[in-house]
Amino acid sequence: MLRTIKEINEKIKLGKAVIATAEEIIDIVKKKGIPQAAKKVDIVTTGTFSPMCSSGAYFNIGHTKPRIKLGGGRVCINDVPAYTGLAASDIFIGANALPDDDPRNRLHPGEFNYGGGHVIEEIVAGKDVRLVANAYGTDCYPRKKLETWLNINDINQAVLFNPRNAYQNYNVAVNLSDKTLYTYMGILKPKLGNANFSTAGQMSPLFNDPYYKTIGIGTRLFLGGGIGYIAWWGTQHNPNVPRNDFGVPSRPAATLAFIGDLKQMNQKWLVGTSMIGYGVTLTVGIGIPIPILSDEILKFTSITDADITAPVVDYSKAYPQCNPDILAEVNYAQLKSGNISIEGKKIPTASLSSYAGAVSIANSLKQWLQDGKFLLSEPVAPIPQSGSDYHLKPLTERPIRLQ
Amino acid sequence: MIVSKKIVLHFPSRLVDQPIIYRLIKEYDLSFNILKASVIPDEEGLLVLELSGEQSNYDRGIKYLTKTGVKIQSLSQNVLRNESRCTHCGACITICPTNAFELDKISRQVIFINEKCIACGLCIKACPPRAMELHF
Repeated sequence: MLRTIKEINEKIKLGKAVIATAEEIIDIVKKKGIPQAAKKVDIVTTGTFSPMCSSGAYFNIGHTKPRIKLGGGRVCINDVPAYTGLAASDIFIGANALPDDDPRNRLHPGEFNYGGGHVIEEIVAGKDVRLVANAYGTDCYPRKKLETWLNINDINQAVLFNPRNAYQNYNVAVNLSDKTLYTYMGILKPKLGNANFSTAGQMSPLFNDPYYKTIGIGTRLFLGGGIGYIAWWGTQHNPNVPRNDFGVPSRPAATLAFIGDLKQMNQKWLVGTSMIGYGVTLTVGIGIPIPILSDEILKFTSITDADITAPVVDYSKAYPQCNPDILAEVNYAQLKSGNISIEGKKIPTASLSSYAGAVSIANSLKQWLQDGKFLLSEPVAPIPQSGSDYHLKPLTERPIRLQ
Repeated sequence: MIVSKKIVLHFPSRLVDQPIIYRLIKEYDLSFNILKASVIPDEEGLLVLELSGEQSNYDRGIKYLTKTGVKIQSLSQNVLRNESRCTHCGACITICPTNAFELDKISRQVIFINEKCIACGLCIKACPPRAMELHF
């Protein structure tokens, strides 16, 4: 072992830690080689800024006088329904939630201009939002109606809690059919008209620590412009997929669940997002620092776009029918060149993940570390590893028959 | 000198039934390419044109249009990017039919090239953070 997290933190406090972004480390390794680079660099910062659907926030809005029990009642924020199955004054809003009167896809493709992701963005921005609640009334919580403006600065807790973010690799979406598709991977033009991908490639956190050797439960990180933590592994976590010589999965693999105080986050890195014909979501900015504890860990962080491959999936049939078929494998250097070639056809590519945003996040995190404002944390438990018996399962339906 | 410009013409409802473009072409020897056209009943007509010809003819043609009561705007003023909403993802790049969006090779930011825009509006709803705005 080259150094411990404790030793790195001592250097951060003295302003002496050497930090490189996941992009800068590539050139450092090219010039100096792995052992020299590992000796010099203490931390590599990563970043990703992309629509991440399984996101949400919970709030404790404070008790009213007389009291109202929101739990089991109905609450809308700016007309978007919030979940009330928690307690008297706790509510949760999911990024995908839509107002009841949104026409959705009745006229296809629906526009999905406003929903949960946008509510979270407005709350983070410090804007007043409109809360309307209906409750059933009890002896201890007699009030049945509440209509009030709400502001993040006035409520007790506002917590971002995202059950699944930061996917380690993702599909490249294409369309083999002869009509335009409107998907969560963007607009897909007919007959392989375009290909959309959605990771930051060499900047993305889990590509830089492919076996989760430093990233674990309790890892402190950049979340939505503030500080957050890994709460758990994410839903659909799937570490047992094929990996290449660099240890990088060639299919969607690990995911992470994040938590953090929304009050110190920034609307620049939590953006309400509309996917035409699909729905609303939240674009989330995440950056994870990777402590260089060994040569091996440094080697992982020096991964380049050309070393990472992604599966090309047809969203007209294979994806909706849940078939495992893939059309090809392409690497991120090809995807970022603007074109890939599938079945002999040159297809223009576009990203839903902002690489410029990812670089900016990695640089912000680097700055925090240099300023001594941010210390690394020791993970308190690992997330399920490759080689464990942890698998992703489809639902096995068991039809319900009347007795 | 030959000039070629993309312009937006707003026709007040009283002019919608008059052959204004016919006169513009015939009397001022200009050529045109219609990029977009719409007529809203009882309100106004809207025409997005690429207009080309000799500079002197072009200027006289524009003068004629103004005199008849047609309001003229340069096209580049119509589709704008709200810079504070753009996340520089790139979803617009393959959607735009005229390649008005490009990824800068160095900054990796998405550049919007106003001059290439024909104001078709496809990017408006394709933009996930809704950063593109149409101002007609």
